[in-house]
Amino acid sequence: MARRSRLRRSVEIPTASMADIAFLLIVFFMLTAVFTSTQGLRFQFPKDDPSQLNVQPEEAIHIKIASEGQFQVDRVAMTIDEMGSYVQSKMSQNPEKPVIIQTDPEVPYYVMIDVFDLLKQLEVKNVSIPTESEIARWRALGFLE
Amino acid sequence: MKLRDQVWTIKAVVPTASMADIAFLLIIFFMLTTSFSPERTSVKLPESVVRAEVTEEASIIAVTADGQIMFTSGEEASEPLSGAEELGAIVQQIIELIPSKEFVIKADREAKYKDVDAVLDALRTNGAKRIGLLTRPEAASSSPSL
Repeated sequence: MARRSRLRRSVEIPTASMADIAFLLIVFFMLTAVFTSTQGLRFQFPKDDPSQLNVQPEEAIHIKIASEGQFQVDRVAMTIDEMGSYVQSKMSQNPEKPVIIQTDPEVPYYVMIDVFDLLKQLEVKNVSIPTESEIARWRALGFLE
Repeated sequence: MKLRDQVWTIKAVVPTASMADIAFLLIIFFMLTTSFSPERTSVKLPESVVRAEVTEEASIIAVTADGQIMFTSGEEASEPLSGAEELGAIVQQIIELIPSKEFVIKADREAKYKDVDAVLDALRTNGAKRIGLLTRPEAASSSPSL
């Protein structure tokens, strides 16, 4: 029979362009993706509580960051490793001891983060980062030289 | 010749059927991992070992290496500010509405400390309590030997 000799067409869904579309979308998402950091160091400003104002500042460990890699801890020049062991020995005596980080205005930000991170690693509870205006006020009150 | 008719011609085909599957898998991965962050200032964050999650609903203050301050309250895209005074005014408004609002500082590692200090001062004097300093994980284990 003549009808039988007709060409058989296989039924199929054209999926060739599917990959093109999909890769286009991939490229879009890859380019728009920004891998943001959502983690960091946390701290709290002290509450304006008058009863806590009578803390003796000389009891605190006073870290002064003069420049990159130059630290003064309680007026003694130290490296960051020496500072770690110094703070640790002080913490073993009094775990509640406050630590004040005073940073020179011209120092890069990451130096302060390095010190802050070190104190967090040593599990120092009371880390204080006074701002320039606070330091000026403390100076006026005679707490700092 | 009879032999000639018997030869089968096989079409050369690249099998692309699974290509779409792979591609869609990758799309799903990128769709799930992409977070459309309102803060898109590009800064090089400082590294730290200790890292805690900072709240997602926090306001983000970006400080670039040359001292430019960018601010977003968390919803709309961040916009540049003229300085710490403008930031202070915004912080005050936010704190009046939500006293426990967290502020995240996303400062460049090479930024001058005085620029960060000005931001901290604006936050402190306007009543912000909870602060986060955004960092990235330390590349090598350069933790001090104790």
